[in-house]
Amino acid sequence: MKILVCITNVPDTSAKISFTDNNTKLNKAGVQYMIGPYDDYALARAVELKEKSGGSITVLNVGEADSDPQIRKALAIGADDAIRVNCDPQDSYFTAAQIAAVAKDGNYDLILMGRESIDFNSGVVHGLVGEMLGIPSFSPVMKLDIEGNTAKFAREIEGGKEYLEAPLPLVLGCQEPIAEWKIPNMRGIMTARTKPLKVVEPVDVNNLASLTAYSLPAPKGACKMIPADQAETLITLLKTEAKVL
Amino acid sequence: MSVLIFVELDNGSIKKTSLEAVAYGAAVAQTQGTSATVLAIGNADSSELAKAGAYGANKVLHANDAALSNENAMAYASVLAAAIQQEGSKIVILPKSGLSDAMGARVAAKLGASIVSGVTELPDLSNGFQVKRSIYTGKAFATVEVKGDIKILGIKKNAIEAQEGSGTATIESFSPSLPEGDFTAKVINQEKASGELSLTEADIIVSGGRGMKGPEHWQPLLDLAEALGAATGCSKPVSDLDWRPHHEHIGQTGIKVAPNLYIACGISGAIQHLAGVNSSKVIVAINKDPEAPFFKAADYGIVGDVFDVLPRLTKAVKESK
Repeated sequence: MKILVCITNVPDTSAKISFTDNNTKLNKAGVQYMIGPYDDYALARAVELKEKSGGSITVLNVGEADSDPQIRKALAIGADDAIRVNCDPQDSYFTAAQIAAVAKDGNYDLILMGRESIDFNSGVVHGLVGEMLGIPSFSPVMKLDIEGNTAKFAREIEGGKEYLEAPLPLVLGCQEPIAEWKIPNMRGIMTARTKPLKVVEPVDVNNLASLTAYSLPAPKGACKMIPADQAETLITLLKTEAKVL
Repeated sequence: MSVLIFVELDNGSIKKTSLEAVAYGAAVAQTQGTSATVLAIGNADSSELAKAGAYGANKVLHANDAALSNENAMAYASVLAAAIQQEGSKIVILPKSGLSDAMGARVAAKLGASIVSGVTELPDLSNGFQVKRSIYTGKAFATVEVKGDIKILGIKKNAIEAQEGSGTATIESFSPSLPEGDFTAKVINQEKASGELSLTEADIIVSGGRGMKGPEHWQPLLDLAEALGAATGCSKPVSDLDWRPHHEHIGQTGIKVAPNLYIACGISGAIQHLAGVNSSKVIVAINKDPEAPFFKAADYGIVGDVFDVLPRLTKAVKESK
């Protein structure tokens, strides 16, 4: 089985976000980067599926050279090779078109990625890729097994779960608890250094949306503290002052 | 040319977030000098669908093929694409949700349309077509120029104040042909908590963290939620420990919520949790640790023992009714 796992290179979930250059660029000073947490779940499940039934895992990133440490980490976790499409993705459609261009010649049985990237939170790239390749897409997938040519999986629906079966190939947006995150071991880290990482240039795509500026939410006012022995006044304040009850 | 709005149904009722999408779409239609058409998929009475008229829709297309009874995003996308073509729509409004994102994505790829998800305000038409959207899980916003001939916008809860008016909408049955390729997946089973208030729709959420000390101690929180008519949520550690079901997990890697009132009980306020709740209108934090970071993000705070404070709040709510 051939699996393609798409990963994003995103600021750590605990990163403080600020901007530079007149609010047109993310301030990267002091920001740690990580593999998108949802993508990391997808990768972990791909590694488990490969351990069980063999096959290969290619990891794909649409990003600039600063993604390489995350790509090497994915290789250390268990991917066999990597492809990076060299560009700064700013739009879901553009990103999906790059993934589809790579995937179309690869005959992948499974294309896995996170349910969304945690920088832009769009949650649409898996659907776009699926439609561009003419194959089904599902998200958010929280359980996945492969039997022969059939995927048996569960996706989260509002207030519960739906269990599905579908023939491969598929594009799946993943989330926990599909697998536990994996930490690379020393052997993985050593072998990752020599695994192939191919850098390709992006294909031309119509520019359908472009970022013009960033902004931050208005700062929150001070928290009004209510003494515990007067907790009941909270309900009055929520009614008369905040007017939310 | 009409602006097309997709609405989600829950047991035959239009969801509240979808009514906001209707109001948003109607407001955009007005700026474009055109009408607003709603697409509803699944079982619903005409009287319920007519509600869309009160929020500004002129017409409702109702697709109710039995094959559409499951929320199949691919089939829904085919229906939406057919509706866009029939109406000649250039602007399509979806309420941001897993289903809408999935179907919007497939439609965007079918039609070569722009898709922007997480929009928080009406578009700015003074210079092209610009929208503001939430990024970094609510920690920031981006202004995006939308350039496609067809524009699909996924709007976040509270992007607009939906006012119920007195307008009416005509209802038309809509039965486009459904491609077989949309039905290759078989639904084996569905597990759905019944009668539970949905977190993404709820006006009030009462949420618990590790400070609740274990699943057997959840009753005081559930009592307050019941008294307030609130949905219940939890922090990531709580769902990781299986104290509460996974679909209650609120935060950066869980559900993002935007209620009018969010009450956090025994949740310290890790940045990842705050990212999932920072779009709430009013936040209350109850924690015995005065240094808990949640107090910096909250509007009201009580430093105290949740097992003392919660029952007293429940009592106060009941007495104030």
